Amino acid sequence: MKRKNANLPAMLFLFALLILWQIGAMGMNAAYILPSPTQILVRMWELREPLLTAHLPATMLCTGIGLVISVVLGLLLAMLMDASPSAEKMLYPLIVASQTIPTTALAPLFVLWFGYTIWSKVLVTVLITFFPIAMTVFDGFRSVKTDMVDMLQTFGAGRKEIFLKLKLPAALPYFFSAIKMAIPLSVIGAAIGEWLGAQAGLGYFSRRMMTQLDGAGVFAPIVLLSVVAMLAVAAVSWLEKKLITWRGSL
Amino acid sequence: MLRFQNVVFQYDSEEFNIIDGLSFAIAPGEFVSVIGPSGCGKSTIFRLINQLLPCKAGEITVGGERIDGRRGYCGYMPQRDLLFPWRTVHENLRLPMEIRGGISREEMDRRAADTLEHVGLSGWGEKRPDELSGGMRQRAAFARTLLTGSELLLLDEPFSALDFLTRISMQEWLLRQWENDHKTVLFITHDVEEAIFLSSRVLVVEQTPIRRLVSFTVPAPYPRTRACLTAPEMLSLRENLIDMLRREVTV
Repeated sequence: MKRKNANLPAMLFLFALLILWQIGAMGMNAAYILPSPTQILVRMWELREPLLTAHLPATMLCTGIGLVISVVLGLLLAMLMDASPSAEKMLYPLIVASQTIPTTALAPLFVLWFGYTIWSKVLVTVLITFFPIAMTVFDGFRSVKTDMVDMLQTFGAGRKEIFLKLKLPAALPYFFSAIKMAIPLSVIGAAIGEWLGAQAGLGYFSRRMMTQLDGAGVFAPIVLLSVVAMLAVAAVSWLEKKLITWRGSL
Repeated sequence: MLRFQNVVFQYDSEEFNIIDGLSFAIAPGEFVSVIGPSGCGKSTIFRLINQLLPCKAGEITVGGERIDGRRGYCGYMPQRDLLFPWRTVHENLRLPMEIRGGISREEMDRRAADTLEHVGLSGWGEKRPDELSGGMRQRAAFARTLLTGSELLLLDEPFSALDFLTRISMQEWLLRQWENDHKTVLFITHDVEEAIFLSSRVLVVEQTPIRRLVSFTVPAPYPRTRACLTAPEMLSLRENLIDMLRREVTV
């Protein structure tokens, strides 16, 4: 009950914005540029068949593969940098520098390399997503107090035990934060990839509607995409609450 | 039980030996406090004993054998309780045994439960550390130190973060624990009264670099109560020690 009350102001504000949008769109009366929220909802309903059966699964597959690769890659990089200071010195600046590359601008190149296959989209997704995972999890490993490490050493623990018994559990909350950041990013990455060149997917669909001057049709897949991303983040948050009961008390 | 022989240690960041040819010995079953002002190097002595720092010269023996390369010969209780928040109290107690290895799950659980009862925390095993009060957390941390199975316990200002009333009751509690099991205890503190009340002997860090520790035998028999602190010879020892420490601290 309390939580619902806490969300109430945000909900009211959102609702007010939607009403403003609706009024503005109705006043403008140019659905190919600015469709109203109700028009978008109606269009979503009309397009439910292709959106849900063909394009949503295509985008989710791409997002899913990209996310899995990013998580594995991010964790590996974080572990490597934690295990060896020289690996940290070698990789850390490169990882940070990789984020200054405008991935979106390079994406057309990926389409040239991989064609219209799923891999050009996965690559965009991975490039956008692995960074926050690697950095956040690495921070998690470093958050461990040195006196806790010292104590384990006096118990006779080696590097492996310190990692398994201390660093891994201590980094778990960071890992969840990373995943919550990564989900929206991976969805954006997939959509950008599809926008640039694909045969299916919500990003592709949105672009196709653009060429048909169907404003509501451009928005419909994007709205669907955000809803799915929000649901995924909510699911991860729920899992996090179940698993981590001690957040912040380290 | 514990012997330092001409031990020398230098921090990389410093140009002098903070511990310079230090020798002292502690007999089995003694309760010895090391006192000195903050930053005088008393914690360094501990870190040498538990091998978190390497000696530059000299040797340290525990139970007659050099400590080099040995593990599990001393139980270390840090200043803060350092209970892992993601483990229950019971699981925290199991930690030193998990790391030592070679003990069955049932045996670990049995020993943890026994020790928990021993420190007066039976029934709290399934709680998370943050559900415990400061004094209870310290008792859990002490139980974890006991479960290292070592005869030599190194306690590094374990009560300094507690409020006054909790601190004095924890001191009395620790004294009863020691009077029962007579482990060898080396206790670091900067609180003169705490040192006198608990220990059979007090070692004072007179100067930094540490070349020697001045030893005072505490003139009171065990079992003790706080009343012994008001005996005239205890009061004069207290004044003595405070004077000594004051000379070092230039405000």
